[in-house]
Amino acid sequence: MDRLCTRTIHELRSLMDQGACEPRALLQELLEQVERLNPTLHAYVTVDAGRLMRQLEQRLRQGPRGKLFGIPITVKDNLCVQGEETTCASRILRHFRPPYTASAIERLTQEGAIIVPRANMDEFAFGSSTESSAYGVTRNPWDLERVPGGSSGGSACAVAADAAIAALGTDTGGSIRQPAAFCGVVGLKPTYGRVSRYGLIAFASSLDVIGPITKDVRDCALLLSVIAGHDPKDSTCAPVEVPDYVAALQRPVKGLRFGVPKEYLIEEGIAPDVKAALEASCGALERLGMRRVSVSLPHTSYAVAAYYVVATAEASSNLARYDGVQYGARAATDGGSLLDMYQRTRADGFGTEAKRRIILGTYVLSRGYYDAYYLKGLKVRTLIKRDFDEALASCDVLICPTSPTAAFRIGEKLDNPLQMYLSDIFTISANLAGIPALSMPCGFTAKGLPIGMQLLAGPFREEVLLQVASAYEQATEWHRRKPEIRSCSTSR
Amino acid sequence: MQYESVIGLEVHLQLNTDSKLFCGCSTTFGAAPNHQTCPVCLGLPGVLPVLNHRAFEWGIKAALAFDCRLAQVMKFDRKQYFYPDLPKNYQISQYDQPLAQHGHLDITIEGASRRIRITRIHMEEDAGKLLHDPQAPWSYVDFNRTGIPLLEIVSEPDLRSPDEASAYLLELKAVLEYLDVSTCDMENGSLRCDTNISLRKRGEALGVKVEIKNLNSFKAVKAALVYEIARQAKRLDAGERIAQETRLWNAKAEQTETMRSKEAASDYRYFPEPDLVPFTIQPRLREAVAAQLPPLPAQRRVRLMDAYGLSAYDAQVLTQHRRLAELFEGAIAQGAKPKPLANWIMGELLAYLNARGQEPSGVTLRPEWLVHLLEAIDAGTISGKMAKELFVESLERQVDPAQVIRENNLRQIVDHGQLDRLAEEVIAGFQKSVEDYRKGKANALMFLVGKCMERSNGKANPTQMADVLKRKLNQGKEAVT
Repeated sequence: MDRLCTRTIHELRSLMDQGACEPRALLQELLEQVERLNPTLHAYVTVDAGRLMRQLEQRLRQGPRGKLFGIPITVKDNLCVQGEETTCASRILRHFRPPYTASAIERLTQEGAIIVPRANMDEFAFGSSTESSAYGVTRNPWDLERVPGGSSGGSACAVAADAAIAALGTDTGGSIRQPAAFCGVVGLKPTYGRVSRYGLIAFASSLDVIGPITKDVRDCALLLSVIAGHDPKDSTCAPVEVPDYVAALQRPVKGLRFGVPKEYLIEEGIAPDVKAALEASCGALERLGMRRVSVSLPHTSYAVAAYYVVATAEASSNLARYDGVQYGARAATDGGSLLDMYQRTRADGFGTEAKRRIILGTYVLSRGYYDAYYLKGLKVRTLIKRDFDEALASCDVLICPTSPTAAFRIGEKLDNPLQMYLSDIFTISANLAGIPALSMPCGFTAKGLPIGMQLLAGPFREEVLLQVASAYEQATEWHRRKPEIRSCSTSR
Repeated sequence: MQYESVIGLEVHLQLNTDSKLFCGCSTTFGAAPNHQTCPVCLGLPGVLPVLNHRAFEWGIKAALAFDCRLAQVMKFDRKQYFYPDLPKNYQISQYDQPLAQHGHLDITIEGASRRIRITRIHMEEDAGKLLHDPQAPWSYVDFNRTGIPLLEIVSEPDLRSPDEASAYLLELKAVLEYLDVSTCDMENGSLRCDTNISLRKRGEALGVKVEIKNLNSFKAVKAALVYEIARQAKRLDAGERIAQETRLWNAKAEQTETMRSKEAASDYRYFPEPDLVPFTIQPRLREAVAAQLPPLPAQRRVRLMDAYGLSAYDAQVLTQHRRLAELFEGAIAQGAKPKPLANWIMGELLAYLNARGQEPSGVTLRPEWLVHLLEAIDAGTISGKMAKELFVESLERQVDPAQVIRENNLRQIVDHGQLDRLAEEVIAGFQKSVEDYRKGKANALMFLVGKCMERSNGKANPTQMADVLKRKLNQGKEAVT
């Protein structure tokens, strides 16, 4: 029999129903896997086995015995868990233990889940490679010399390597989908406002969304159905009813239309094997009875620029609170002024990429530049939203690659932030438009690296994404492949 | 040279809601430091603001009271600057789509009415308080005040003198007190004020504007403006230029001092608050709030003059505080006569409050107490002098004057037999004065009345006493001649 940690949530649930899986044994096996692999992969900043076992015992004693009873769910290090160190992989939040739990995580525990905190990430979710973590680089389980993607690299890596059953990530410009693609797992960025952001340490408040990273589409639907829904603590969380996402998986896709935006296929820098995998996937969707239509997203080429204006503006503001006054790290400034304290604390506490984005964001909001940058960024955002409205009027889902390439090498783009930013080209638009988007495995490169396909739909149309993704998954075998984690080399 | 001063006022008002603007923390003044805080008002990572609907409604109420045009869609913005009393290092405020704009407030100055335009009213969260220990190389922060709802009410530069500025503030405070949305207490910081002022020759373009901060009382506002007008006029007379800057009022030195120049002014990098959605002000909400509006001071003033024949001055004083106007009209409704009632409130009650430094808003006196008191005076049961003492006692003990009268048997002596006996005793005891009186010294009568009052423990009615004395003395005179 397969080890329990290799299973999906829905498999574990039926095993538990049959009496063939004990929550204690499950957590034990998972912790063994983490202990074995984390020194190599560094998917978690740290894992405290003792605390997890205590959490499990409490859960076994007190319940609740809900949909996720006894199932460990890994969460990214920017999601607050009461009393657990939560740092956004930043030095500046070292030792910060929030006195509250994120609403999305609260919902998981209300269904009986065991929360496994501290999946590694890019510092404050600034990055596409998990290289900017202050606590070390996470490696791609398919090739240890490559990045797992980011910023939810730890979550995606852990799920791919069976060091997690399923995980929550956050997505501001592709931070769930791109690592899911690089690691060969399923990642969903829900509609903005579908999942409460309360307790998610903000990067860019108008773009941030919490979503699941899972081994298959069914788990993705299952987790979404738990975390979605209105929350009075988040004014931007929509009071829209939560449908039965799992039931949506059964619906036939025959007759549905999918659009392939023409701009996405002519985009420079798209790797031939990614293009080929996507074409093959489109063929598979057509064989499932779906109809391909041609659509256009004419403002695509402005998306990256607009995104880096809007996102950094909000980030510069959201990160202003890390000043050493109340919590987190405070640099020692003997006899120095208040300004010294601010400057030293922030100079020591933030990494290079965080500083770059704070400076960029401060600049675009400054007097005399606001109109030229921030306001223009908002206008582009409106145009991009309109592009999607029009494109999705003639089809049910859009199909495109998640990333122009498969996982790149560690260090490859570290010195070229612009290159790094451009790798987000296919994922960024969904955040600007606020629409849901899902990435799932759709093939492998010649070197054996996973390739991700992205599906996008209109606001609050997660059902149709999951429905198509599920049909595709059942018609293909990509999601069954597992990485062989070979060496423990840590060379770069 | 004569200059015209051009003055605008910015008033910050703490709304007296039970909880803060974006979280459920209590707003009660005077709690132990940092005891009224939560992750939201402390700005901890990952938490989100949720608008207090009561504060929103009260903001609308104030906007309607000043005849403002309400925004159809109002949004919040972040005003960004680093300071330790601001836990997020930005303040949630409103920039280009404030709650309301284009209102006005009418003031009366030298008997004439002047309309002062109100530019805008917006909502924002208050900051915390820094406590400096001069002995220590550090400071303390108290976040209790952080997140308390503020209304910022900005006037157009329509005011032309320090007196007009005072009149505007008094009227503004009166209106807000009537709305019952704030304690309007400058002592504990629930009402704060900045002003800007420039001078020009009449008819000329606007001069260079100076902003003055740190005005902690209405007196300070007036004093600072008077000082600043003199300072600027002196410079202008000398052919010097006025620097555009922010100045602080130094209450001890009674002067304004440079705080920062325009060049050093902060760039607040305002941008829309992404954690809050824009708020549409539905006509239904507007109507519901409008229905709760009480009669405002100006309306009440007119009523007091028209219905009860009070003078403009009396009406002004009585409507300055909602509590006083309510007392007045409450007592009228129970049968009190307008003029003596007005005199009593403006004289005795205000004197009592002033002597104790109390605000009229805190008065717990009930209208029927005034009615009972005035009735007793009218009926001659007590003298005016007795009434004054009685009134103080009744306020101190919080009881009806009628009860005090009963308890102390404080009735005037109206029994003529008793008054006759008093007069005879005093005439017998003070022959020297009796002779003086008979020689035509009018003062002697007053002296004798005083002696009678003394002997009666103040229970004699002085007017009646004088009559009785006169009668007795004149009788005696006839008898002699």
